[in-house]
Amino acid sequence: MSTAAPRTRIRGGVGESVERPDSAPKAKGEFQYGSDLRREGMLFGATLRSPHPYARIAGIDTAAAKKMSGVKAIITASDLPTRELFGLMKLDQPVLASGKVRYVGEPVAIVAAETAEEARVAARAITVRYEPLSPITDPVAALQPDAAQLHRRGNVIEDVLVEHGDPDARADVVVDGEYELGMQDQAALGPEAGLAIPRQDGGVELHIATQWLHEDLRQIAPCLGLPESKVHLVLAGVGGAFGAREDVTLQIHTCLLALATKRPVRMTYGREESFYGHVHRHPAKLWYTHGATKKGELVFVRATIVLDGGAYASSSPAVVANAACFGAGPYRVPNARIHAVGAYTNNPPTGAMRGFGAVQSCFAYEAQMDKLAAALDIDPVELRERNALRNGDAIITSQPVEGSAPVADVIRRCADIAMPNGEIPTEPIALPGGLGNLTHGEGVRRGVGYAAGMKNVCYSHGFDDFSTARVRLARDVRGPIAHVHTAAAEVGQGIVTVCAQIARTELGVERVEVDRPDTTIGSAGSSSASRQTWMTGGAVLAACREVKAELLARARKAGRSPDDLGALLEEPIDRTVTHRHRDTEPRDAKTQNQGHVAFLFAAHRAVVDVDVDTGLVKVVQVATAQDVGKAINPVSVVGQIEGGIAQGLGLAVMEEVLLRDGLVRNASFTDYLLPTTLDMPPVVTVLIEHPHPDAPYGAKGVGEPPTISSTPAIVAAIRAATGRELNRVPVRPDDIVFGAPYRSGWRITPGDDPRRAVRAS
Amino acid sequence: MSVHISRHVDDVLDNLSTRKDVTILAGGTDLLVEINFGRIRPSNIVAIDRVDELKDHSRNGHIRMGALVTYTRMLETDVGSPALQEAARTIGSPQIRNAATIGGNLGTCSPAGDTLPVLAALEATVVLRSKGGERRVAFGDFMTGPKKSVRRPDELIVAAEWEDAGEAQTYMFAATRNAMAISISGLALVVDRARRRVGVGLGSCGPTIIRATDAERFAAGLFDETGWDRPARPSDAAAREFGRLAAGAAKPIDDVRGTVAYRRHVLAVMGARALARVAVVP
Repeated sequence: MSTAAPRTRIRGGVGESVERPDSAPKAKGEFQYGSDLRREGMLFGATLRSPHPYARIAGIDTAAAKKMSGVKAIITASDLPTRELFGLMKLDQPVLASGKVRYVGEPVAIVAAETAEEARVAARAITVRYEPLSPITDPVAALQPDAAQLHRRGNVIEDVLVEHGDPDARADVVVDGEYELGMQDQAALGPEAGLAIPRQDGGVELHIATQWLHEDLRQIAPCLGLPESKVHLVLAGVGGAFGAREDVTLQIHTCLLALATKRPVRMTYGREESFYGHVHRHPAKLWYTHGATKKGELVFVRATIVLDGGAYASSSPAVVANAACFGAGPYRVPNARIHAVGAYTNNPPTGAMRGFGAVQSCFAYEAQMDKLAAALDIDPVELRERNALRNGDAIITSQPVEGSAPVADVIRRCADIAMPNGEIPTEPIALPGGLGNLTHGEGVRRGVGYAAGMKNVCYSHGFDDFSTARVRLARDVRGPIAHVHTAAAEVGQGIVTVCAQIARTELGVERVEVDRPDTTIGSAGSSSASRQTWMTGGAVLAACREVKAELLARARKAGRSPDDLGALLEEPIDRTVTHRHRDTEPRDAKTQNQGHVAFLFAAHRAVVDVDVDTGLVKVVQVATAQDVGKAINPVSVVGQIEGGIAQGLGLAVMEEVLLRDGLVRNASFTDYLLPTTLDMPPVVTVLIEHPHPDAPYGAKGVGEPPTISSTPAIVAAIRAATGRELNRVPVRPDDIVFGAPYRSGWRITPGDDPRRAVRAS
Repeated sequence: MSVHISRHVDDVLDNLSTRKDVTILAGGTDLLVEINFGRIRPSNIVAIDRVDELKDHSRNGHIRMGALVTYTRMLETDVGSPALQEAARTIGSPQIRNAATIGGNLGTCSPAGDTLPVLAALEATVVLRSKGGERRVAFGDFMTGPKKSVRRPDELIVAAEWEDAGEAQTYMFAATRNAMAISISGLALVVDRARRRVGVGLGSCGPTIIRATDAERFAAGLFDETGWDRPARPSDAAAREFGRLAAGAAKPIDDVRGTVAYRRHVLAVMGARALARVAVVP
């Protein structure tokens, strides 16, 4: 007789809506974020930053600051141990500025002191003599041959040309447009924070809120003059990321101060400093032309895209590539030329943010699709459906879409979602202006808009993208238990729950513990590119299957049922597996080849009420259909979709880091406006589950598509309500009231090299 | 930085008269933001939120609102001004409404202070007290510039007072976000039918709260014609003209929240809507 319990379906497995372990602590204020970390004898760090967008440093005097109360260490560029530069993709960013500062907010000196206030006061007491230089703040101007060179290799960070079919093809119907996106901030609610603790062996342990522990490690260790083996990273509680934690911010500084003082040091940015401390979304200028047959079949897309990379490269090369590769959208486009360039300027550096380049081009090509629909007198949904990519069709980089491409499906299913009640409300709180009590219905017009978008999942273009998972199946007095260990950063997206669900389903064990991510295990890659479910989920799946195989082998050997876990687990089973997705090809000069692993698609429909007299907007409803492959945790998927739409809404109508001559004018949540619950509409979601054959359970990744096409859908709805051109986001009340469209001030033929742009007279 | 917690007005006044550089802390919703940004670093803070005698509110034709009446209380009780209630409601965050006070709004004296256009339109009086006694200053004379008033360093704002002006009043503001936003521009309109007086206060469109006197005269003329005692809808043309005159009084600037052109435009729209709404209220 077998002692095993009868096989029942395990609760909390794949496909079930499972509550996350961090949700209640976060709601109750009990979750420990990076900024809550403490250690006995801990010092506090502070940073002195450049007030100039571009200046030569003529001298730094720290003598007075060093004598101030509580000060334990002051470090400037001349004190750095070894490597002075860091960077995600190019080594171009100084750990501390030396010689020149290139943006407002660039770190110049760091201080450790007994209290946070002493550190701040001492940092302000450091005297820096600057000789201001004339900043370049227009990225198109930065690309002109006469522009001053901000870096040794010039002002071009990346130049990507995608050509497909006959790039100079002609068409019956042609529409043109120029577009701009302002600088969006990731605005994670938890500002940057880390705690560095010096170790006996001369190394350092860093507890850090980040997106990718091992990439941080790769950048930090050389700047400390330490081998990677002496730098140990542990993930601290992350209060949101959205791309802003891909780059090193205070990691190196905190470690340098801890090593210099031989005391634990914590650095925490306040809200204002956070705006200066991390990279933002690339502002973009885009020039597009679309051609179609009279029947509404796309013939060509040509575009020039200029992304403002700011002072340092960060992930600009990959963002530029994405803007170009996905520059024609989820449509069959036989002929294309997209020329995208990222430029160095003296604006704050820009890098990764949810949607990563795909956001910028989607705003433009979807506006173009609506223009085309109007010119052809075809329904905008119909036009999109007619041109939707199908499985096997090639995108403009000549790469076919394989596995799963339900593009027409997401467009149609989204359009078919029931419309909200047609009545315009009369309560001011439900109307544009909200609590401002501005309208009780006066001036309000309703509009509806559609958009679709696409993006890659996982890292592209030959990058060795992998994740490592260790799964240990054991038993204790309460029965069998599985431990899952990876370095995947939980940044709020829910990877911890996904890993536990996979382990439960694969091992048939209900008790699963997910260990804290750190660098004692191999890399999991970044919590970005919508990739953790595919990659770390895939690694956990593979490790579980190896554990399961060993379990079956033991059962066979012992002549027992594999369910007899008590007997089979006298020795735990422990397996570590590295999971890779299929190879991608490095970028080629023009076609980009098989550059991507797979593609994600979504469509959005927005219904808005606009007070046309005051130019204020209330989004009434967003409906969406999203291609998710398979929803591992449906409630989490819907959460990602709603959150992504909130960010897309923010970009559409309010979120912008306002710059003037390189100065940030609104580094606070008072004036950098994020959507509130009164701005965020009900979201109606349809999940399209066409499993991708290469992904774990077919799950494709869900984090980014909601931010990509929600913005253009909302702007299309505002256009429908107002009749305004609205070719720039965020749409400001002035744009609606006065109707003056954005003009770049440059003349350029879409598809041409932006270095050949001419100033419009 | 020292913090002294007061429980009595006399104790606050002692502190104000004997110590230098005293900053009053009421709800803290402005002060803490300033401190967090490092814009100010007060050396002596006197916290007054436990001074119960400043929490009184009385109305019997004449309203006296103690300086520590919070926005939440303005919403929950009949404070004697529907427009003031609407102004309190424009603050989207319950946490801020629970802490922010009318006295704090007067003490900060920002052109964006949301109760201030209402106090201007009500022709309210600010009550200031010092060791030397009490004085009353008309709101129009109280505010002299952005975050500047005639309050002397030894004086405490103890109350705001006004005559009950009836129900025909409103407040509205424009902001890019639907809640929790500082106004681009705001407008308060009070039609005191009993006293045959119109008050218009404009916020966030000049260095001080601005009274739109031409608009007030124009509206009074309309009520003279139609009769002050009965509700009557103004013509669209009259409402627009009223809005135009209200906007004409503004002295706006371009800043991160809005442009000069938009501020003028939206004030005209708000003026027209306010008059149309208020004129039909008995």
